[in-house]
Amino acid sequence: MTEAKRKRCLLQGNEAIVQGALAARCRFFAGYPITPASEIAEQLSVRLPAVNGTFIQMEDEIASIGAVIGASLTGVKAMTATSGPGFSLMQENLGFACAAEVPCVIVNVMRGGPSTGLPTSPAQGDVQMARWGTHGDHPIIVLAVSSVLDSFTITVKAFNLAEKYRIPVIVLSDEVVAHTRESVELPLDSEVKVVNRIAPGMPPDWYKPYEADTRGVPPMASFGDGYRHHVTGLVHDQDGFPTQNPQEVEKFHLRLSMKITKGLSDIQLTKKFHMDDAELFVVAYGSVARSAMRAVEDARKAGIKAGLLQLITLFPFPRRTLTPYLQQCHSVLVPELNLGQISREVQRVNQGQCAVVKLNRVDGRLITPQQIYNRLVKLSAGRVS
Amino acid sequence: MPPSIQALTHKYFRHNKRFPHVWCPGCGNGIVMGALLRAITRLDLEKDEIVLASGIGCSGRMPTYLDFNTLHTTHGRALTFATGIKLANPALNVVAIMGDGDATAIGGNHLIHAARRNLNLTAIIINNSIYGMTGGQYSPTTPFGSTTTTSVYGHIEHAFSISELAVTAGAAFVARSTVYHAALADQLIEQAMIKPGFAVVEIISNCHVQYGRRNKIGNAIDMLTSFKEQAVTVKKAATMEEEELQGKITIGVLADRDLPVSTDEYKRIREQARSKQEGK
Ligand SMILES: Cc1ncc(C[n+]2csc(CCOP(=O)(O)OP(=O)(O)O)c2C)c(N)n1
Ligand code: SF4
Repeated sequence: MTEAKRKRCLLQGNEAIVQGALAARCRFFAGYPITPASEIAEQLSVRLPAVNGTFIQMEDEIASIGAVIGASLTGVKAMTATSGPGFSLMQENLGFACAAEVPCVIVNVMRGGPSTGLPTSPAQGDVQMARWGTHGDHPIIVLAVSSVLDSFTITVKAFNLAEKYRIPVIVLSDEVVAHTRESVELPLDSEVKVVNRIAPGMPPDWYKPYEADTRGVPPMASFGDGYRHHVTGLVHDQDGFPTQNPQEVEKFHLRLSMKITKGLSDIQLTKKFHMDDAELFVVAYGSVARSAMRAVEDARKAGIKAGLLQLITLFPFPRRTLTPYLQQCHSVLVPELNLGQISREVQRVNQGQCAVVKLNRVDGRLITPQQIYNRLVKLSAGRVS
Repeated sequence: MPPSIQALTHKYFRHNKRFPHVWCPGCGNGIVMGALLRAITRLDLEKDEIVLASGIGCSGRMPTYLDFNTLHTTHGRALTFATGIKLANPALNVVAIMGDGDATAIGGNHLIHAARRNLNLTAIIINNSIYGMTGGQYSPTTPFGSTTTTSVYGHIEHAFSISELAVTAGAAFVARSTVYHAALADQLIEQAMIKPGFAVVEIISNCHVQYGRRNKIGNAIDMLTSFKEQAVTVKKAATMEEEELQGKITIGVLADRDLPVSTDEYKRIREQARSKQEGK
């Protein structure tokens, strides 16, 4: 037998998401066609059955996420992929997955504009929606990809976090990352670290489906494995049954939030470039982080002490990572393909020492390295505050 | 001898856990629950292999009380969750339980597509012609002229027939009973659960609290009596003119056909995909 070797391949972001999902052992996909996400469904329809998995095209996105949650309840890792309009339709059931703590991954390849918007243009307009789209206080994890390689690794990470914390994880991509082809060397499946949900260790009679471990995460039984239990979107007690008892209700809410707070150091992912001695820095995510990287490198060449903090985890917002740099630097530039959604978060966590400067573009085009560079030059000269 | 209520209660209820239930005294939901349990007992199915998934409504509370793998989904979406469960683990016997508003208003699109798709699922629709849980607003099956909390001047829309909808949408098995005809309901649910493919059982039920009272039909017993009087068997209905059938409830098996079941078809797809990949 020859040993498997890594191969270099030319992939689109959407294809890399497919590879990442399969490497993370995703075995179920339900979706509804939508640009610019359709390639994910198309490829999984070919590849999932070959690994004993299941693909289904549902009648809409509400049904898609419903099927995904159903599949996950049987112990199968499941995902869907969509774009803005479909993501809007998914919100109610997304909340169900948060409340009932059903692991799943939802990819939103962002397009421009509200409503049907700009189907074939990149944007980052769904960032706050990813955080707060479903009603009620709820925990959620939102990750953003900026490259083809990211699309692979972050998708794997998304499944791992979903399983570990029993939570839906949203992966935000955008039209540019989704459709750009890059040459990448992907790890072999055997090299990919895969996390699975913790199964109950006690006999079925002792199983309380929502009794959490010290991390705040309850072990999860699968339908059919002998641990008959009840799953509901109503506020429930440890036994999984609806309750209106104020103490139980409060406990339910607090634990959902606490399980994420306890895992922050594991969940909050960022990448730092030239941050150690930075006097001003850029906070960017998604395809904009690529432009920002180039701009920062150019600025360094011009003698400007600029840095880049790339956010991979958008929510829970990585406040603790940001805080020291907000103290260290005189300015932070937040370029986004929206009218200011992450800049709100930066402003929120800023204690007032640092000037938070927005750079927004909503014409369906990318923010260029030059645009960011020009702002960095001005900021370093102290002409903009 | 059908199993006694005591035996069923003992075997299938979640004792001490989830009682008392939320239903009004005399509600037809209990009769449907009994019919489901009798069917399951007769089929001698293991509790572990049954998934009962519901939507939201009074009917949607049923799974809470029963000792199966149970799922209380979102309003109208029980069939979408059920689809994922069945595809991901075809060994499970999946039953969706829905109200009329649940299955045909907010969830109507899922119902017709589940029928068309023909997975091996059973859908039990408790049709009480009203939104019970939210306080008696009109539903897609509320009769023309009825008084409801959102049609106090008389309902001006037309009701549709859930079973006819399911037949037209392609369900492999469609049957109707009423809560008065409980023995028939047992039998139809049993048939539905063993039928390969998508099977719908519509059970006409009484919401005397929100519907009967307001429409001068009366209490639970009056409503059951009216079902008894309105019911005609499929066989009898075939001999009747359309005008004679106005206001009647046709009960029995309305469709029973053998169609390729997509859960089975998918096995073939997997084999095909595997051999294609191995051939590479
Ligand atoms: C998205 C959404 N819209 C509205 C509701 C409120 N709601 C709860 S139950 C229900 C209707 C129930 O009627 P039906 O489905 O006929 O079931 P029944 O209560 O009569 O058994 C409605 C509208 C909801 N839970 N979710
Ligand atoms: S409101 Fe109607 S449907 Fe609901 S429990 Fe009471 S009688 Fe039954």
